[in-house]
Amino acid sequence: MSTPARDALDRHATPWLFATALATTAPHALHQPTWLSALSGAVLLWAAWLWWKDRRLPGRWLIVLMVAGGCAGILLEFRSLFGRDAGVAMLVMFMSMKLLEVRSRRDGMVAITLGYFLLLTHYLYSQSIPTGLWLLATMWLVTATLVRLQGGPASPPRDSLRHAGVLCLQAIPFMLVLYLLFPRISGPLWGLPLDAHSGKTGLSETMSPGSIAELVQSADIAFRVRFDGPLPQKQKLYWRGPVMEQFDGITWQPYKGRYRTPQLAPVSPPVSYETTLEAHGQRWLLALDAPTGLPAETSLNGTLTAASREAINERRRFRLSASLDYRFNTSEEAAVLRRNLALPAERNPRTRQLAREWQAGNPPEAIIAKALTLFASEFTYTLRPPLLGRDGVDDFLFNGKRGFCEHYAAAFVVLMRGAGIPARIVGGYQGGEFNPLDGYLVVRQSDAHAWAEVWLEGRGWVRVDPTAAVSPSRIETGIADALDLGEPLPALIQWRADWVRTLRYRWEAINNAWNQNILGYDPLRQRELLARLGLPDADWRSLATALGLACSLIVAGLMAWALYRRPERDPVVRLWQQALRHLARRKVDCAPWETPLDVARRVREQCPELAVTFQPVVDAYLVARYGKSDQALKTLRDAVAQLR
Amino acid sequence: MGVVARLKQQLFRWRSDGTAPLRLGQRRIFIIPSRGGLLYALALVVMLLGAINYNLALGHALVFLLAGLGIVGMIHTFRNLHGLIVTPGRSSPVFAGETAHFELRLDNDRTSPRLALELEAEQGKPVFAALDRHKGARLNIPLAATQRGWLDLPRVRLSTRYPLGLFTAWAYLQPAMRCLVYPQPIAAPLPPPLPTPAGGERTGDGGQEDFAGFRDRQPADSPRHVAWKASARHAGEGPLLIKQFAGGAQLELILDWQLTEPGLSAETRLGILTGWVLAAEAADADYALWLPGREIPTGRGEHHRQSCLEALALYQP
Repeated sequence: MSTPARDALDRHATPWLFATALATTAPHALHQPTWLSALSGAVLLWAAWLWWKDRRLPGRWLIVLMVAGGCAGILLEFRSLFGRDAGVAMLVMFMSMKLLEVRSRRDGMVAITLGYFLLLTHYLYSQSIPTGLWLLATMWLVTATLVRLQGGPASPPRDSLRHAGVLCLQAIPFMLVLYLLFPRISGPLWGLPLDAHSGKTGLSETMSPGSIAELVQSADIAFRVRFDGPLPQKQKLYWRGPVMEQFDGITWQPYKGRYRTPQLAPVSPPVSYETTLEAHGQRWLLALDAPTGLPAETSLNGTLTAASREAINERRRFRLSASLDYRFNTSEEAAVLRRNLALPAERNPRTRQLAREWQAGNPPEAIIAKALTLFASEFTYTLRPPLLGRDGVDDFLFNGKRGFCEHYAAAFVVLMRGAGIPARIVGGYQGGEFNPLDGYLVVRQSDAHAWAEVWLEGRGWVRVDPTAAVSPSRIETGIADALDLGEPLPALIQWRADWVRTLRYRWEAINNAWNQNILGYDPLRQRELLARLGLPDADWRSLATALGLACSLIVAGLMAWALYRRPERDPVVRLWQQALRHLARRKVDCAPWETPLDVARRVREQCPELAVTFQPVVDAYLVARYGKSDQALKTLRDAVAQLR
Repeated sequence: MGVVARLKQQLFRWRSDGTAPLRLGQRRIFIIPSRGGLLYALALVVMLLGAINYNLALGHALVFLLAGLGIVGMIHTFRNLHGLIVTPGRSSPVFAGETAHFELRLDNDRTSPRLALELEAEQGKPVFAALDRHKGARLNIPLAATQRGWLDLPRVRLSTRYPLGLFTAWAYLQPAMRCLVYPQPIAAPLPPPLPTPAGGERTGDGGQEDFAGFRDRQPADSPRHVAWKASARHAGEGPLLIKQFAGGAQLELILDWQLTEPGLSAETRLGILTGWVLAAEAADADYALWLPGREIPTGRGEHHRQSCLEALALYQP
């Protein structure tokens, strides 16, 4: 069994490289431009066709030309060659083009290294459990390709896969040790490209009819919360986002100017909790109303919205506390009150007319009650409201009477302002789903909500949720109960059979554990873990020592495995070998082809004094090996023992 | 011996391994990263920087897994050689200018295969081997034979990169093996047969008793013996043919050192003698070889030929 030249790539190794290229680039088709996927697919097909027909590979110049063309296309598409998406696109293109010029084993090595690199790029887009599993399988395949490449045709597919599996399994202890002990550095080392965190969903900073209804159709998780104490009542779980005061007739927007420091007087004892926010690209923390304790690097603005210093572009954990009953700004600046009474002129005349009628002689509480009674009487809560015209609130209140939370909140605030009560809209999330398996409250995009806040003399800003009047179940149990079955809610939320729910709880608990413990393993957690392992205040030096020690132990274990030689099974042969080793110590070397009798003769010639004890060994060995005697083994053992 | 050579001698502990089988132990296996390994390491460093920069937890895990894979690959590469049994075999004599082949037997007594083994003598061409579980293979290590005499097998480098190609592990083998190299034959017309009493009468008819067939003409055959008619049947395409006769000794030759041109170098004269031995053997003649200080009496056959060639190979002028 001999192979030809050293660096030659045998024909049947190439399909492995195709498989590697396909497995490492194909998932990128989900998010890269179609023309790029089509181009790489076509190049791969071409390379496969050339291989199938055993044709010559294209010349260097053609490949250079194609790479240049691809780069130009990427430059046109992304306006750069280096951002996250452009970089990944370049790698995908290189991978497919490389297959047009694999001639030697070294080319194969380059393609495989590129494949390993491409594995990493998938994590830029997703780090979920399925991605992790898929990439583990892909890594196995890439490694098997490497093994096949090195082993040549003598390595059949099954053996290559098996050997690669053994290699990957043996590498796992190193991964675990390095993952736990490698000194973690947090944060970007240099500026991230602009597109590093694109494609995040979440609440937006403005609100117009339909904006929340659109968000609600996503079952994505917005954040997860774990309360230190018992879970508060569901109808008190208002997660506060942006506060919108300015209204142009269609869109609500926050006021960008300055506020004074909020005056917050907690009424109930604080509730502490830890929240894990998914990346949403905005700064607010979506803290439970009203936030009292905030972590460092975050602050509370004038409208009680807790915000981080930077946009939340990756999953972050915060410890917070909140007071569920509170008084907020019992004395308010005149400018703020004036701002919260303003309505665009010439819009919604009928609504303002109605509000003026209510205002006559009624205290604010009575006006609020009138509005809520109106909503409760003839309105429908739906994700599919009729289209609204220029006077949106008029259309909604007097014609359509069907709408979603943002319609109710907007109509309510317009009514209040019309009746002379300062009012504004608060965006955020309401409620959440408690997962009994891991004790986390899961808040999804489908829990997005908008409610109103009115300022009352002596009581400050008071939350009023008009949706609760229309559809109490929205607040008490959740959106799935509040809407009819035909509404376009995500199936995940609508299926409420017990077994589906249990399955979903389990899956989400696993995901959460994955997020919290694996993905969320940051410098802080590392320090906690090391302290628990008896290494408090570990600096990088002690980490390096521990790391070196642990890796050496694993290497020692693997070396022991590598050096281990299966002992001879037959005791007779073992004893004979022992006797030969004894001879070797006395400088009588035996070649393996020498028969026992030859050895005995040589011992007689070279070392007569040894022959006296060696002859019985030979006799006993011959009987034990070739004769039929029950005693022979014992005789041989005794004879070998006599040699010493 | 230069400084580098001495350092290498110190480092690799070169010494003859004798003729006994040897099992590769960990002391004689060396290992360094290959070029592919360096590329891999570079890729890992870049990937680690990327994982840190984008704060990718799974990216860290992947890089660490790949780093572990590299270390495990190193151990497996080492293991691919460790415990391999190398047994020196034989080598058949060759003529100078040909390639000598040294036979080494590799045995794998492990339950896993050993693939992509490469053996290369110094200044030789590599040969490749793959051993299945509990299997062995005989390998012929080629080495150009340039000079007559004994050709010792130089150091042989046994190396492998299997399974990942990230590391090269190698061991130096120095089995005591040598191959006899005969002088390169030079075609020259055979010397005239000596007028020996027995053969003198027969030289005229050249032993033409029983025609036995044709054979291809050798360079040493006299043109007078060519069967021109028979050769012409092949229209000049095939080699010229010589009639062969059975029965009775046709020729008796003395291949004497003195018969070669004294002005030529000793090596050339030995080459001419070698050519004569081959020609005489091909002509089915009886021949003797006379070298200064060594005379091989008249004889014929494979054994006779070998002793003549051996004498020529080892002749010290």
